[in-house]
Amino acid sequence: MSILIGKDTRLLVQGITGREGRFHTERMVEYGTNVVAGVTPGKGGAWVLDRIPVFDTVAAAVEATGANTSVIFVPARFAADAILEAADAGIELIVAITEGIPVQDMMKVTTYLQEKGTTLVGPNCPGLLTPGQAKVGIIPGNIAIPGNVGVVSRSGTLTYEVVYAMKHRGLGVSTTVGIGGDPIKGLDFIDVLRMFEEDPDTEAVVLIGEIGGSSEEQAAAFIAEHMTKPVVGFIAGQTAPPGKRMGHAGAIIEGGEGTAAEKIKALKAAGVRVARHPEEIADILVDILKK
Amino acid sequence: MKLHEYQSKRIFAQYGVPIPPGKVATTPDEVEAIAREFGDPVAVKAQVLVGGRGKAGGIKLARTPEEAREVADRILNMTIKGLPVKKVLVDPAVDIQQEIYLGITNDRTAKRPVLMASSEGGVDIEEVARRSPEKIAKVHIHPLLGLQSYQVRDIALRINLPREYWRAFTQVAMGLWKAYQANDATLAEINPLVITGDGQLLALDGKMIIDDNALFRHPDLAEMQDLSAEDPMELEARKYGLSYIKLDGEIGCMVNGAGLAMATMDIIKLFGGEPANFLDIGGGANAEKVAAAFRIILSDPKVKAVLINIFGGITRGDEVARGILQAMEEVKPQVPMVVRLVGTNAEEGLRLLQNAAMETAETLVEAARKAVALAKGGAA
Repeated sequence: MSILIGKDTRLLVQGITGREGRFHTERMVEYGTNVVAGVTPGKGGAWVLDRIPVFDTVAAAVEATGANTSVIFVPARFAADAILEAADAGIELIVAITEGIPVQDMMKVTTYLQEKGTTLVGPNCPGLLTPGQAKVGIIPGNIAIPGNVGVVSRSGTLTYEVVYAMKHRGLGVSTTVGIGGDPIKGLDFIDVLRMFEEDPDTEAVVLIGEIGGSSEEQAAAFIAEHMTKPVVGFIAGQTAPPGKRMGHAGAIIEGGEGTAAEKIKALKAAGVRVARHPEEIADILVDILKK
Repeated sequence: MKLHEYQSKRIFAQYGVPIPPGKVATTPDEVEAIAREFGDPVAVKAQVLVGGRGKAGGIKLARTPEEAREVADRILNMTIKGLPVKKVLVDPAVDIQQEIYLGITNDRTAKRPVLMASSEGGVDIEEVARRSPEKIAKVHIHPLLGLQSYQVRDIALRINLPREYWRAFTQVAMGLWKAYQANDATLAEINPLVITGDGQLLALDGKMIIDDNALFRHPDLAEMQDLSAEDPMELEARKYGLSYIKLDGEIGCMVNGAGLAMATMDIIKLFGGEPANFLDIGGGANAEKVAAAFRIILSDPKVKAVLINIFGGITRGDEVARGILQAMEEVKPQVPMVVRLVGTNAEEGLRLLQNAAMETAETLVEAARKAVALAKGGAA
């Protein structure tokens, strides 16, 4: 078992004939992900890797292949359109890797998807990896082994660092979810924590946050209230200079300043063990899981 | 991208928000002429892209054209929070009865824009938000439906705005929403929106931040960008698609990914060093980009050691190594270096660097320890 992706994933790649799309499709197929179709408007009828059919529209791809998950490699200015197209074609889980999508586009998209009941991960995220089963996105497959630790993170390469350190200690991952670094996004920490809490194959959870916003504080409140599984935390940006502020409105709406110190304090108060550096996460997990 | 007050107010005016008929000047002579033209007392306001201008003395009232000239001379020679004042806005002075705060920004948690207002607008609005948050009325805006009139009336009622101003207030709030939406703003703010002695609403100040990711569809706004507020090295870095922020420490950092870059800075500090910079080379960096990053790090004379931490995913270790070698040819660095390459093509990258004079490390902990020791003049 795992969350969001696994052996049942039938993956569609939007933007499959682009440079990034093609490169990562190869990696995902190598890993054993069931990639059933690709979409690039205007390139319908082509094939990728001699076995993945390319369609002009998501609706046509879903009808022909039964795709249930889509990963988006479409350039930023067309990405909102691509996400909406996937949602309207009945895709259940959309993973948007694309970086730099305008924030007002994302507010429209997330509002529409929420009303439709479609799940979105990202944008500006590395995607998901369920070791041994499937990878959707750009996380290098060989850095993690199957196991019972769920990982949720706002950062890309920092997540790689953490699961790699875990692998060195013999610790495996149930699923790792990169929720992305954009201010307006699909799943947030709380949503993924809830899934890990309900997943019978996840025994402990790693939460990797960073400065800015208030998602970590909200996660802390959720953990205190609802999580029975142990959570290990890490917050990047303790030495970062105070961020470039968003006028008065930013400070008013965010409440606190979103500093690392505030987030660490909130997590610790919720019973989360917070590591001082990425490798220490693995040390703490070893300690927790042997009990 | 931040816009100046005068730019923000002119945009607001295009959407029906009343603003004073101000003019922009760059010399005391121009200011005097503008004040003479207005014929009344004027406000001379520094146009710099930082908050707290008023408290720093960058906003002054002048009763006569001569006095306007004098205060302009002072303000145009000021530096506010490190930024020299190059332009002033001259607005006719206004008889202020009440100051209101009105702003729209993105609420990350609600994933929607939020309209906020307070009857206690002015310079201390953040203090009001901290001390008595109930004095700030908020309403979320449906991104697909837009701001509705009833929502504005609701806000007007909650901030105890007298009914005779509701119609004008609705026009201002709707105008601000349209300006925010049409220009891909992440912030549109009027502070203060004043009620004048003759019963008008007027936007005395304005602030807008435009979403950098949306500038491709606003070439007119992109042209308004004032780069004088930016650090020259940060600008240089941006040309190559790098994000760089200079800090005060002695260990230069080159990392791929913002989160890992911050974690690398943090671990340097944890082991007793101080990071000299934040530098994220981004995903899929090529040799040329890496070489540029290297030059930028080494342009800081405080740097005593460099730590390169690359976890290859899309970024390839061999490309990074080629960039480092290329830059070393050009820059001939005199400071010691520690390199840690993991992930895609890391072995090949390390092989390329074998003959270069640099330390390597397997883990982040080891790399940070070595860099800190080297920066302190010791052995790795």
